[in-house]
Amino acid sequence: MTTKTLTNSLYDWVDERLGLSELAAFARHKTVPVHSQSFWYYWGGISLFLFLVQCFTGVLLLVYYRPGAEAYESVRQITFVMHFGWLIRSAHAWSANLMIFAILVHMFSVYFMKAYRKPREFGWLSGMALLGIASVFGFSGYLLPMDELSYFATKVGLEIPAAIPWLGSAVANMLRGGPEVGEFTVQRFFALHVVVLPALFLPLLAFHLWLVQRHGNAAPPSVEALPPSERKSMPFMPNFLRKDLAMWLISLNILALLASVFPWSLGKQFDSLAPAPIGIHPEWYFMSPFEMLKLLGMIKFLQGEPGEIAGILLFTLGIGLWILIPFYDIKKESGQRARAAHYFGLLAVFALLATTVIGYWTIR
Amino acid sequence: MNEETILPNQALEPETPGEQATRRAFLVAAGAAGLCYTAALAYPIYRYLASPEEMALSATAVTEVTLKDAQKLPLGSVLMFKFGTAPAMLIHHEDGRWIAMTAVCTHLGCTVQYEPQADRIHCACHGGVYNPYTGANVSGPPPKPLKLFKVTPGEAGVEISRA
Repeated sequence: MTTKTLTNSLYDWVDERLGLSELAAFARHKTVPVHSQSFWYYWGGISLFLFLVQCFTGVLLLVYYRPGAEAYESVRQITFVMHFGWLIRSAHAWSANLMIFAILVHMFSVYFMKAYRKPREFGWLSGMALLGIASVFGFSGYLLPMDELSYFATKVGLEIPAAIPWLGSAVANMLRGGPEVGEFTVQRFFALHVVVLPALFLPLLAFHLWLVQRHGNAAPPSVEALPPSERKSMPFMPNFLRKDLAMWLISLNILALLASVFPWSLGKQFDSLAPAPIGIHPEWYFMSPFEMLKLLGMIKFLQGEPGEIAGILLFTLGIGLWILIPFYDIKKESGQRARAAHYFGLLAVFALLATTVIGYWTIR
Repeated sequence: MNEETILPNQALEPETPGEQATRRAFLVAAGAAGLCYTAALAYPIYRYLASPEEMALSATAVTEVTLKDAQKLPLGSVLMFKFGTAPAMLIHHEDGRWIAMTAVCTHLGCTVQYEPQADRIHCACHGGVYNPYTGANVSGPPPKPLKLFKVTPGEAGVEISRA
């Protein structure tokens, strides 16, 4: 038997049992629309790639990380004692930030291309859930080194659930593992970060990706309006996949550059008696809600607790409207509702950017 | 649907020999770049995971250990200690002799135990027995004797070194 016949008969054996040729036929027929906005199709793939980097570097950190009382010491060891530990930790932290950024770009491109419309509502909803989980990943991971910054970030961050009327303090205590941020907090955030969140994220991600296969990429309304003969597309295999992988490679290069040239720092070990360091501020992706709360608190009749509650209500309302957009903007033809949704999106982008800029501007 | 499809490049026209040569050059270059990438990723990860091994290597380079106050060890008793990274035992025999040897069974690596009543060294895992004076494997599965160390009892402690 030649190698070729051997490979063929092996392929047939597996194919008969797993149906590989059905998959191959599906992949052959899959196409991706080509138009002036096609660039934005890469961002979901980039988010996915960075998530894979997170899984990989996360497992490597898990090899030496010890939650609980020794948390800081183990991160110090990873950063300064283990060979290339600083690089792996830096890659994990940078990739986390880049992933949130890529998810946000992906979300806004989906929003403005109106890709949430029928039949893609579940894609939008699962995507929003994934973004929600990703931000909890970010928040819980930020505490794990137990340095000064992570200590205060967690302390402040947990004031948000604490502001929920009636249930607030019970919820905050449950998350904190007691009235103060300490070794019990880091232990349960660790369980959340490496077991609970991945267990929620992975099946949801599989669902999200399956929906993309089922419905294909959405074209923007201007392209949808064209007669079929004027629409262009390219085969997924191998043309789009090749471009997708090229984007992954570019992402990897940018990540490697950032992680090695700007290694993630490790602050002093947390000290529950030390005052908060000057200029402390939330991560960039939490800057906007933080600043909005601060701005609302400046309005005279909203000073203090009423301002905080008003702010949280406003967020909840805004996020609720954002999530429910597929059920409001339903008509294929461009009309009143489509325009309103478009302006709501522009308002959200403007508010996020403006409050983030003001936030960084006013750091003392 | 009647959509226009951009076909994969290869299908557009038949290849000329010149194109084949550039394709080969491209594949070789891409393969080399891929190898460089893999190496650049694999090397730091290997070194990172191998860090404890390297630390242990410097510990196994130890040639002597001083056990503080071990000269006070009563007759017929044993003191377990670490020589480098591996467990070892210091026995003060009833006749006053000081014997030190590794405590790692030569069969499958369990830690052995000194039994003063039976005057033997016994491994609970598979029943190996050693001589507590010479380290010789007496019965059971162990293929080799336990290695002896040199013992020098002093005023402040007992010095153990490689024989």
